[in-house]
Amino acid sequence: MKQHTVDAIAAHPRYRELIRARKRFAWTLTAAILIIYYGFILVIAFEPAWLAIPVAEGWTMTVGMPVGILIILGAFILTGIYVARANGQFDRLTKEIQEAFQ
Amino acid sequence: MTRLGMWGVFVALLVPFGIAAAPALTGTVVQSSVNVTAIVMFMIFVGATLGITYWASKRTRSASDFYTAGGGITGMQNGLAIAGDFMSAASFLGISGLVFATGYDGLIYSIGFLVGWPVIMFLMAEQIRNLGKFTFADVTSYRFGQTEIRTMAAVSSLVVVAFYLIAQMVGAGKLIQLLFGLEYWIAVVSVGLLMMTYVIFGGMTATTWVQIIKAVLLLSGATFMAGAALAVFNFSPEEMFRQAVEISPVGDAIMGPGSLVKDPVNAISLGLALMFGTAGLPHILMRFFTVPNAKEARKSVFYATGFIGYFYILTFIIGFAAIVLLSQNPQFFKPEALAADGSVIKDQLITGLSGGTNMVAINLAEAVGGNLFLGFISAVAFATILAVVAGLTLAGASAISHDLYANVIARGRSNETTEIRVSRIATLALGVLAIALGIAFESQNVAFMVGLAFAIAASANFPVLVASIFWSKMTTRGAMIGGFAGLFSAVGLTIVSKAVWGDVLGFTAVNAEGVAVPVGLIPLDNPAIISIPIAFFCIWLFSILDSSERSKIDRAAYAAQRIRCETGIGAEGAASH
Repeated sequence: MKQHTVDAIAAHPRYRELIRARKRFAWTLTAAILIIYYGFILVIAFEPAWLAIPVAEGWTMTVGMPVGILIILGAFILTGIYVARANGQFDRLTKEIQEAFQ
Repeated sequence: MTRLGMWGVFVALLVPFGIAAAPALTGTVVQSSVNVTAIVMFMIFVGATLGITYWASKRTRSASDFYTAGGGITGMQNGLAIAGDFMSAASFLGISGLVFATGYDGLIYSIGFLVGWPVIMFLMAEQIRNLGKFTFADVTSYRFGQTEIRTMAAVSSLVVVAFYLIAQMVGAGKLIQLLFGLEYWIAVVSVGLLMMTYVIFGGMTATTWVQIIKAVLLLSGATFMAGAALAVFNFSPEEMFRQAVEISPVGDAIMGPGSLVKDPVNAISLGLALMFGTAGLPHILMRFFTVPNAKEARKSVFYATGFIGYFYILTFIIGFAAIVLLSQNPQFFKPEALAADGSVIKDQLITGLSGGTNMVAINLAEAVGGNLFLGFISAVAFATILAVVAGLTLAGASAISHDLYANVIARGRSNETTEIRVSRIATLALGVLAIALGIAFESQNVAFMVGLAFAIAASANFPVLVASIFWSKMTTRGAMIGGFAGLFSAVGLTIVSKAVWGDVLGFTAVNAEGVAVPVGLIPLDNPAIISIPIAFFCIWLFSILDSSERSKIDRAAYAAQRIRCETGIGAEGAASH
């Protein structure tokens, strides 16, 4: 890629918009999964008894079961949220930039 | 025939991740009688995969065909292949066995394996696709000195592949011995030969399709097993939990966190290794080059996360249901675990299982589906090992041919034909080496090896990859020193940990009860919590101190790299206009 093309793309408003939006979105979602997982690990390390409380009076199933399954589902849903926005907004912006410079 | 210590089978499959404390380490394994159904089913699988390899060999002409299946794999197919790489025999048999023995801890453990995938999605999948061509070193060396960075990346890839491969080969030999009644060396040699055939003739196309078929078989088998097991409880998890608590020797302790994650520092360290190691495994990263563009790359992670998460939920159900269902089947237990009336003694439920807890899923297959289904699941377990070692070997061969040969030794002046030939020779060499090491390590303690592979991937590959994508000021020197610092600190800290220092090298200390037990020099089972920060710190320090001519080129090239990374303009295989 020629230097003037690099400078032109780097200064292009659609490109600025794309990198700003993706950066904020990707790192927010990364923070979300880190908080969920390490939050879970910290609960296990410091309050394990909480996860062993039955979900309701007279039940064998404990709070930890739905929590664990929800983390698995949560990981999947977070990737889905990313894909939905990336396939829409990010790909639209990318296409505009590609069309302007290719 | 030799009798193997049960720890041998156990460590090969499980302890890699530092869960040596789990019960069921006692007893011995006797080679089982030859299982004809399983062998017939496996032969069908081998026949089908050799057919695919023949078909793939006709389509494998260019380097791109060989390394990346020509970039023609769809997001869905790649998602299945990635999930297949991850759903190893260790996770299927190991995690269901862990759930059987400890209950909730098994779930905690599998969550650790899953949460790396969203991180890969948000920070790496598209970026890698847009920047690389055949290996992840294409990405890390994109704007840096080729010789330095490719050498570093190839060395750490080969180390990761070697440890992973040894653990898989030893696990394969022992598992096959147990399931099929074949001798250890026959099992190791046949895995090695089949794997070499797939890779040498069929390249990535064959490797990917073998992995996809296996993933579909494993997911279907596990779905049937979990469904049939749940049907016994009228599809009520509550009923399953209630009966499991009644039967388990540890009672309601299986319903909450147990001893697996007692110490927060070790727990977080293991979590870091699992999470970021996944994002640094060469055979996983390579899969992102098999799809045509960034959109398919992100779709692959979405599907892979779904399949892997679903698979872990199935193994959890299988493990819990097995507590109840296996206790009703005394034939799966050793004679000494049975009471006078032939029922299983409560305290013997976990330790008395013949074949150990790794056999939980296999035994449950027989309990719910009879001999035919047992044969099916055994064949799938063998297929799983085969598919995983093929992927690993291809990743190792690519590091040798594409990074070391084509870009370091030939300095980018080799032609494709020679590069593919080097890759095939490298595959042959790695295959022979894997067989030799598999046989050599038969009775060695390989417990630490997969854990070490994840720790190195997390400490050497991942930091350099992330910094090369996101940090404009990294230089060749910073990347190289940081990568090697991560590699050496991960290996060094593992050597002084209990798994190697105590269990392999035999250093002991006398504990409070006056018994000599294996010890480590440091109280850390997995080095990641120290070695990852070391790598990042060295990358930062040696980059900001770097004022060489090369560093100016490295920093100046970031803007162009960023554009290709974000938009795919100029990327390999990007949609042409």
